[in-house]
Amino acid sequence: MGMTFAQKILAQKAGLDHVAPSQIVTVTPDFCMSHDNTAAISKIFAKIGVDRVKDPERFVIVLDHTVPASTEKYALGHKEIRQFVAQQGIEHFYDGGVGICHQVLPEKGFALPGTLILGSDSHTTTYGAFGAFSAGIGRSEMAVLYATSKIWLKVPESFKIVVHGRLREPVTSKDLILRIIGDIGADGALYRSVEFTGEAIAEMSQASRMVLSNMAIEMGAKNGYIAPDDKTFRFLEGRAVRKYYPVYPDPDAEYEKVLEFDASSLGPQVAKPHTVDNVSPVEEVAGTKIDQALLGTCTNGRLEDLRLAARILKGKKIAKGVRMLVLPASQEVLLDALAEGLIETFVRAGALVLNPGCGPCLGAHQGVLAPGEVCLSTANRNFKGRMGSREAEIYLASPATVAASALTGVITDPREVFEGGAK
Amino acid sequence: MIEGRVWRYGDDVNTDVIFPGKYTYQPLTPEEMATHALEDLDPSFAKEVKPGDVIVAGTNFGCGSSREQAATCLKAAGVAAVIAKSFSRIFFRNAINNGLPVIELKEGIDEIEKGDTVKIDFQNGIVIHEGNEYHFPALPAEVLAILEDGGLIPHVRKELGKG
Repeated sequence: MGMTFAQKILAQKAGLDHVAPSQIVTVTPDFCMSHDNTAAISKIFAKIGVDRVKDPERFVIVLDHTVPASTEKYALGHKEIRQFVAQQGIEHFYDGGVGICHQVLPEKGFALPGTLILGSDSHTTTYGAFGAFSAGIGRSEMAVLYATSKIWLKVPESFKIVVHGRLREPVTSKDLILRIIGDIGADGALYRSVEFTGEAIAEMSQASRMVLSNMAIEMGAKNGYIAPDDKTFRFLEGRAVRKYYPVYPDPDAEYEKVLEFDASSLGPQVAKPHTVDNVSPVEEVAGTKIDQALLGTCTNGRLEDLRLAARILKGKKIAKGVRMLVLPASQEVLLDALAEGLIETFVRAGALVLNPGCGPCLGAHQGVLAPGEVCLSTANRNFKGRMGSREAEIYLASPATVAASALTGVITDPREVFEGGAK
Repeated sequence: MIEGRVWRYGDDVNTDVIFPGKYTYQPLTPEEMATHALEDLDPSFAKEVKPGDVIVAGTNFGCGSSREQAATCLKAAGVAAVIAKSFSRIFFRNAINNGLPVIELKEGIDEIEKGDTVKIDFQNGIVIHEGNEYHFPALPAEVLAILEDGGLIPHVRKELGKG
């Protein structure tokens, strides 16, 4: 019997010929990612009693959650991180403004096929879109990785999610992943390695695939793998920090479940408060009044997302009473968006363009909600209290739905306004 | 064997309602974190929780962010164990790494209500509620060793001879 992607890569990293689900292996990740939480991690590291980070070259640190610092406490945290990075000789350090970690690692060539990447952020699953095994861990575990470069992992069972057909514009990979999570539930893939495959995935851009892997954690998955192909290799040309060796599942691998979806019949989807699996077709929530529209985050702040939203907003004005926030996912995305005139489109439409970062998504920094307010967001979580007041409501949707809704002030089916055409 | 008073919650209790994102980048002590525990789900919890209390919940406890404070704040609040039908993967690891026992129990859990008392026999893997005994699977030896050493940091210190 062959091995799934998870079995194959974890066997390789553990130096074993074969591993089985539930087996515990000790591995050394190729790369480890942390962000603003590096201040807290460095303090835990100090408690271990080891002076030097064992392999500084494995660690990538990106400041993105509270940048630029809005309080003295955040500023102090950033200062401590810069000192730690200098003391320990960590060269892969990206200060505030470069972008969101889950965009920066791919752009800078760390998200490579066949690598094992662990990050102290749950959306570390994003790099699965490049054929990496990538998963979130806690702060203490990251501190131990500084000291030892070793961690234990359990080999998960695997699900295969096959998506037939092709998405029809303006329906995007965000609508697809919301539908999948809505159908299987927030714990539907708990502790499973998920492999996305099928015609719709093969057709998708690299950026669209990242949305699927990013949100795999929202159905409980440990990782969300997509087989790397020519699109992946092209994206990595001139970026990859080192040679890489793709890992593919064996054709006769054993899956606990195979789930099938049809992309061609899918319309826009919306996750309603306060769980990501509370998903409806957009028609069912159309007309819900919104106060804030958020375009950005590690889910949907990429160039193709900005392009899609700008097509809808170009030459129009955001509805009175609605605040629209736009956060490009990185400096590279911001520069490309500037060159294409997208930023001008957003500003002329009345949107507030913020620096690349995570801020509003987690309510730690910028764009928080007051009691009773409603936000329609391209982010990945709509938990109670996440963006400020616990009396506020967060709906999740695609960039097209968010842009269309910003124009009308209520949740709107993007097919009604897309290219000015009817459904 | 421990005996604890129950706080009862449902499915998909996420890390944002256990420990809000707005505090995650503030340098807080575990005791300060405990004052915000479960703030956006049950504001009475942090005020009334007593050392030795037990949280009982449904499926997917701790889903969401990797923020370890979700486990740290419960441990610091005095929670002796969390019993749930299932746990999110990262929370499960964070709990063990903070020395907070997490028990996966499918059977009998729906009968347990807020304010009930449960006894937990860790050695034999038994939860006792109103005279009924429910068995839970033992943790893998590698994981149990971390919990027994009081968390990941003391465990690694010991392994590195820094104990």
